[in-house]
Amino acid sequence: MSAGIDLENVSCDFGTFRAVDHVNVTIQPGEFFSFLGPSGCGKTTILRMISGFTDPSSGAIRIGGKDMAGQRPNQRPTALIFQNLALFPLMPIWENIAFGLEVRGVDRAKRRARAEELLALVDLPDAADKMVSQLSGGQKQRVAIARALAVEPSVMLLDEPLSALDLKLRQHMRAELRAIQKRTGVTFIYITHDQGEALAMSDRVGVMSQGRLQQVASPRDVYNNPANGFVASFVGENNILTGTVQNANAGLASFDTPVGLLRARLGDVSGGGAMKLYVRPEHMTLSATAGAENSVPVTIGEVSFEGSFIAVQGAAANGTILTAELRNDGMASVPATGSQMHISFDANLASILPDSATVKG
Amino acid sequence: MKTNRHFLFHLYMGLFLAYLLIPLLVMGGAAFNDSKLPTVIPWKGWTDRWFVDLWNDKRIWGAFRNTLLVAVAVAAIAVPVGTAAAILVNSISGRVRSLLYGLMVAPILIPGVVIGISTLLFWNHLSVGSGLHLSVLGQVSYIASFVMLLVLARLQSFDQALEEAALDLGASHGQVMRRILLPHLYPAIGAGAAISFFQSIENFNVTLFTRGGADTLTVYVFSKVRSGITPTINALALLLILVTLGMAIWYEINRRRKERLQLTREAEGRRAEEAMI
Amino acid sequence: MQDLLRRYGTGLTGVFIGLTFFWLAILVILPNFTMLESSFRPYLAKVDEGGPLDTYSLGNYMKVFGNEVGFSIFGVVFQVPVRVKVFLLTIFYSAVVTVITFVLAYPLAYYLAKIVSPKSLPTLFLLLFVPLWVSEILRSFAWWIILALKGPLNAVLMQLGVIDTEIRWIAGFSPVIIGLVYTYVLFMVFPLYNAMQSLDSNQIEAAEDLGSPWWRTHWRVILPHAKPGIASGAVMVFMLSAGSLLVPSLLGSTTSGWFTQTIQGIMLDSQDWNTGAAFAFMLLIVCTLFVSLAMRVFGVKLSDIAK
Repeated sequence: MSAGIDLENVSCDFGTFRAVDHVNVTIQPGEFFSFLGPSGCGKTTILRMISGFTDPSSGAIRIGGKDMAGQRPNQRPTALIFQNLALFPLMPIWENIAFGLEVRGVDRAKRRARAEELLALVDLPDAADKMVSQLSGGQKQRVAIARALAVEPSVMLLDEPLSALDLKLRQHMRAELRAIQKRTGVTFIYITHDQGEALAMSDRVGVMSQGRLQQVASPRDVYNNPANGFVASFVGENNILTGTVQNANAGLASFDTPVGLLRARLGDVSGGGAMKLYVRPEHMTLSATAGAENSVPVTIGEVSFEGSFIAVQGAAANGTILTAELRNDGMASVPATGSQMHISFDANLASILPDSATVKG
Repeated sequence: MKTNRHFLFHLYMGLFLAYLLIPLLVMGGAAFNDSKLPTVIPWKGWTDRWFVDLWNDKRIWGAFRNTLLVAVAVAAIAVPVGTAAAILVNSISGRVRSLLYGLMVAPILIPGVVIGISTLLFWNHLSVGSGLHLSVLGQVSYIASFVMLLVLARLQSFDQALEEAALDLGASHGQVMRRILLPHLYPAIGAGAAISFFQSIENFNVTLFTRGGADTLTVYVFSKVRSGITPTINALALLLILVTLGMAIWYEINRRRKERLQLTREAEGRRAEEAMI
Repeated sequence: MQDLLRRYGTGLTGVFIGLTFFWLAILVILPNFTMLESSFRPYLAKVDEGGPLDTYSLGNYMKVFGNEVGFSIFGVVFQVPVRVKVFLLTIFYSAVVTVITFVLAYPLAYYLAKIVSPKSLPTLFLLLFVPLWVSEILRSFAWWIILALKGPLNAVLMQLGVIDTEIRWIAGFSPVIIGLVYTYVLFMVFPLYNAMQSLDSNQIEAAEDLGSPWWRTHWRVILPHAKPGIASGAVMVFMLSAGSLLVPSLLGSTTSGWFTQTIQGIMLDSQDWNTGAAFAFMLLIVCTLFVSLAMRVFGVKLSDIAK
């Protein structure tokens, strides 16, 4: 039913431009896998290669163990949800959904029945005879999903499907998509530039930059243990400090920064090049007195109330701004601007990382 | 000041329309005048005998039949050819595209006389004699250009992602063509067929040189005018004008109905969007 | 090519290429080549074709010369070969027709593009389109009726007391010009309208606001913008006029020969197809030259025929 995908050393060149650079990853059957990265990082190209619209310049793509070289898009067990949905405007909704069955020669009565089943699955029971222009954005989304599910694909490919929707709808659809995936058990490959989406929906996330896979891990790991500086800064907020590594011991190292000697987990230094220290604002704590280690004296600057958290900026002696995020748990003591406090963090929650490197999945 | 000038323009428009339409009225009117020569002056009384004569004139109906046959044949050939050419040119880019496009548009700019003579000479070389079949071929050479332009314009509004979506769902190329691309092109193809049909009916220059001995409406009327004519021609002209007018009005009503339907649907979509369902 | 095969598969791509090839090669390019080739060969009896007499020469083209006839411009008389005279007059009067249609069409195009409210446009266009759907021959025929010696125009003019006796309209080139203008004026209106439509009305208002009188606004703002429309309209009208056979035959007389009539005579009366081909080719050359000239002067490309 659902199949796994192997990308073996896949590269794709457009003339002299290398869009995808030696990507290696194995996606498990039934997994919800996201490719996450900024525009132009190559994730769309990967999707098009898996679906068959673009050929890889080198490397192999296997779906369910079978090599897809030479297989045209209409021969592959994949179904693609396009970014602009590409619903057929001249057909009623049920014909849109049943199209995949129509081209396989299924008779009309069966097609109609299956279309109505799927409409019920995506919670659009009355839409069968409507035309595409009569639906809202969210409804069209669901029709696109139903249309893809109708052909019982082994792999569903989704190209930033939620980017055109507004915030509330996007959050609603995230949950829906995840629910549909769990219900049907089909492998989902999802590409997006929105880290919140990727983290919320996926079993695993592949972070990409400039055609290369930077890290493949569960959302938790990507967030808490980023492999390099790119992943750390692309996913979530960071305080970033430059400096040099002093000594390393049992996975932790000292890092000499302009605001003092700090200790944090040491990432992969083998690539050489500059290292930086990354610590997330929500892992910072504020106290009136200095802590045992990793404690920086700051003057409190901007304090902004952001709803569920409070962002506090503190300026260190040399001018570096550190940001802490305090949970809004109704506590009375919010630091006053201008007061002298200490920002500190646990060494195990911070990382010293190189800027970027290639990673195997 | 503005309204004064605008009045002048409205007046000009009115005069221009009169200028265009009065000769047609005169010609239509002559169909009812009881006078041997087609004219409205002197007016000799109302009559419908020219319509009766028209009904009985075998030669006119023969010519009319030929004209229709040729027009249908021209439409039947020009539409597929023009559509294929438009699809082809749309998928190519760069210098080749400009060259092809130029070649496809050029026949419109070639005088009909030249098309007629060149067609005649070419097929004669291949031992194909003149006749209505040559008229069809000659007419297609430039009428296909019109079809091509119409279809090409319509292709610009086609979302290629629809083709990809269909392929992705497992459709064969033929199915993509039949169910996705052609339905989108139907308006242009329909317009192309109509234009082909009417352009063929009124063609003279090409037909004159290629027809061999056969009569078509335009050639027949032409010869009669020179050689002695009765208002049966006017009767025919009036009928043709009324039919054309009727079809134009029917087309316009249809178009407006479709437009209104589309607007209602889109409004409904927008309401659904706002309701956030 | 790759893109084509990818999108449509080999079968359909083959069909597209085949149909297009059939059209361009067999219906357009080869016939014109054949015509060109024939124009260089003498008119021979069937038996002599392919034989020693069948040589290439400019003989057919030279037939344009010969049979000299008087040709007076502003009173000065030249001796000119009759066919050359016909050729030159055809071109001259086609140009005249082009200018007249431009003068008539310009105000109307401006009116449609800028003054009329967009709601009335479809109806107005429908009204304007009606004459186009009426066959060209019927339109010329209508004027034949009107301009007849005892016809309506004379009658009306006499009624209004403008003239005393009927004017013989159908003499000389005037009726031909009238007929050509009537038949083809709409081909000038629509390209002009299209070009003007794309002009931002704010520019016109800005010019007025800066104090420009209406004729200056037209001369410096609207006309330049409408250039592509003028070029395409002029090309269409000129070529249709120069190539018209119906109108000059119906409304012309022996004193007003049109070059197409010469060709017709050679082809159908004398059955000398090779010379006919030569003359037809000359007509084609003139039209091509005119098109190139218009494109050069107005800076327009072939993508101008927006019907």
